[in-house]
Amino acid sequence: MELLGYGKIPAERLNATFTALADPTRRAILVRLAAGELSVTELAAPFAMSQPAISKHLKVLERAGLISRGRDAQRRPRRIEAKPLAEATGWLEGYRQLWEGNFQRLDALLGELPGAKRTKRTKHRRK
Amino acid sequence: MNHAEAKRMLEVTTPTDREIVMTRAFDAPRDRVFDAFTKPELVQRWLLGPDGWSMIVCDVDLRAGGTFHYAWRNDAEDKQFGLNGDYREVARPERIVHAERFDQSWYPGDAEVTTTFEERDGTTIVTLTTLFDSREIRDQAIESGMTDGVAISFDRLENELG
Repeated sequence: MELLGYGKIPAERLNATFTALADPTRRAILVRLAAGELSVTELAAPFAMSQPAISKHLKVLERAGLISRGRDAQRRPRRIEAKPLAEATGWLEGYRQLWEGNFQRLDALLGELPGAKRTKRTKHRRK
Repeated sequence: MNHAEAKRMLEVTTPTDREIVMTRAFDAPRDRVFDAFTKPELVQRWLLGPDGWSMIVCDVDLRAGGTFHYAWRNDAEDKQFGLNGDYREVARPERIVHAERFDQSWYPGDAEVTTTFEERDGTTIVTLTTLFDSREIRDQAIESGMTDGVAISFDRLENELG
């Protein structure tokens, strides 16, 4: 069954995508780009980070194919590339969610077992 | 996200072409987590998948060369399926290696699952590594069985069986 077609995604590309997504600054950059193209200066503005540091993050995102450069040669705006991101998030997310559901039940069970450690961590947020 | 939640985050990665690796921390000593993974009366309380499913069979003969048989049922949809396995290595409380296959699997071959339990300061880190025969099979296992969202993942499997 070839539902989403990600069986065809080369492993290296997925690896690059996941590496790129592993960093909170890079995820924040993607969130901002999701609203539209931005130049490097505009992207750097809200971060407590130098422009070269931001450029480094942008390079990682670019290599993973998650962003590309817009047409304006002056501003060189970056824009988000939706497809690799959709592939990467769809790829394992259902699997992860299925197991997370199991493991949350297991957390609750471990909290109930006699002699289990009692810490404030056993307080679960209610849905 | 607070610290406790961060610690409990489930990581799912594909470090090699044939594997899926899941890592999760549990706020309990290793012995208890090991029990929860291996004692039928405990396993049946959490290894359930999406809402609506219950585990109706959980037979476990926990020793190298022993077998297990699990079956789940969704009463509302009148569906059920099973999973069979053979234990290859059992080292309580740190490591289990088993092979597993679904009753009417949607991917060929067995998957080999290595489960490790490491304790650090009262927290137990469980790592589940599932090794498939090939990358294509791994991708197929994720793809048709699990990835299309939680709500319908088991339904798809059932459709395959039906």
